[in-house]
Amino acid sequence: MSETILETDLGPARAFAARGWREWSGNGLVSGAIMRAKAAAWLLIVPAIALPVWIIGNERGWLAEQILPRPADVLHTLNEMLASGELAQHAGISLLRVLLGFAVGAGAGLVLGAAMGLSRRVDDHVRPLFTAIAQVPALAWIPLAMLLLGIGETLKIVVIAKAAFVPVAMNTSAGIANVPRALVEVGETFRFTPLQMLRHVVLPGAVPPIFTGLRYGLTHAWIALVSVELLASSEGLGYLLVWGRQMFWLDTVLVAMLVIGVIGFVSDWLLAGVEARLQRWRTDGV
Amino acid sequence: MASETTATSSAAIGLRRGLVLPLLLLVAWEAGSHSGLVNPQFLPPLEKVGQVAWQELANGELPYALAASLKRDLLGFALGAGFGTVVGLLLGLSRIADRIFTTWFNGLKQIALLAWIPLISLWFGFDEAAKVVFIALAAAIPVILNTVEGVRSTSTKLREVGEVFRFSPLQLVWSLYLPAATPSMLTGLHLGLIYAWLATIGAEYFMAAGPGIGGLIISGRERFEMALVMLGIVVVGLVGFVVDRSATWVEHRLVRWRTA
Repeated sequence: MSETILETDLGPARAFAARGWREWSGNGLVSGAIMRAKAAAWLLIVPAIALPVWIIGNERGWLAEQILPRPADVLHTLNEMLASGELAQHAGISLLRVLLGFAVGAGAGLVLGAAMGLSRRVDDHVRPLFTAIAQVPALAWIPLAMLLLGIGETLKIVVIAKAAFVPVAMNTSAGIANVPRALVEVGETFRFTPLQMLRHVVLPGAVPPIFTGLRYGLTHAWIALVSVELLASSEGLGYLLVWGRQMFWLDTVLVAMLVIGVIGFVSDWLLAGVEARLQRWRTDGV
Repeated sequence: MASETTATSSAAIGLRRGLVLPLLLLVAWEAGSHSGLVNPQFLPPLEKVGQVAWQELANGELPYALAASLKRDLLGFALGAGFGTVVGLLLGLSRIADRIFTTWFNGLKQIALLAWIPLISLWFGFDEAAKVVFIALAAAIPVILNTVEGVRSTSTKLREVGEVFRFSPLQLVWSLYLPAATPSMLTGLHLGLIYAWLATIGAEYFMAAGPGIGGLIISGRERFEMALVMLGIVVVGLVGFVVDRSATWVEHRLVRWRTA
């Protein structure tokens, strides 16, 4: 029962991820293993067709190196960049930027969102300006921020923080404001102090939507990082993309895309797992 | 009656409160740039921004750039939405297609959208074609996701009805799955529109050849014309707002038909 509620409550993208997580973590061990093996066999169909086409296409020359380099070349570049530490260095810089920017943006978003959710007065005052700022995507702010802040580290942190800030503040305020009125009244009947109210009524109801906001915030932060590094950076994964593009090194471009995808996938998967736990804990509790 | 007046007065209070911060900000802006406390090159006075807006409107630059951006936006969206609907239906209806492709699609989806730009520009150049392809890609992703979800969520009851009536596969899709999936598909198209506009700006930033709002902003930055950059940002926000609102309106219209 709680499963069906979950499916309809979540947006489709999140339901997708949550299902993947449940399939991975749930099921019996043996039947799970068989199911996973079957799923893996189906998955191999795409590479089983695409790889030979790619390899033969390169050999026969109907797939030019400038369009798609040989898979072996891409692997070689990947290995080389891994071994030299170049890849780790660029990825490390990007991750550090995202974490810093996300910490700043999510922190500010939590504070503002909580204030907006708890106080009607604050919400009335801040909402229109907030909406106006949120309406313009982080991408559009980048040139303005570049003029104001230059192209140093501050620029990256500010742009990433803005991207994380908006969904966190939005979901936090909505999560707190949507705590059922009936529950608040129960708390009032028990004469809860404001602190007790926050701890026993508001937070348990608001944590799952707040977490959803954090998850969106991290996704947006990651996208903002790539944008800002593409536009103004001399290191990081986005820079690797631009550089590979300028030198016509497609293998470098593909490797950078791969790393960006893998990091995005892993972080989203981890957060989806935590989120599924949080949601389940809530539906179990009620 | 009494509750009506309190409702309007609380809305009035809300409006009044909402105006405080923006007004304060504008006053501080004016004061800052006129008093010389802030370098007007960084913070041009409001009337300068208005003047640039008027100038760009009058000499036709702004309408020209906006029209170019919107044309590319809609063309890319149409292509991406069409492609996304077909792929979404395929993944949603066919278990085999789902098993073969869905995981790969979910993996590719994790690559931050803008990271595709260097590859796309290597494949398609910096021209119109590359921009439209990128916008189409951006629009297709949410359309695919939501179409799949809509088709999957068709209730078993409905499916059983189809079986009882011995619908042909085509009839099943046309008179059962499609109507059931419509709300979710509309959500996908709505999101696709938003993504497409974002992608339009992104494409114009990085593939700067040709007219467009994104190009306008970038050239404003290169020439250090803050007022032009601000104007561009306002236009981007306004277009996004109008697109979002009209999509919501259409969505409500179409879904109401279903519940009525």
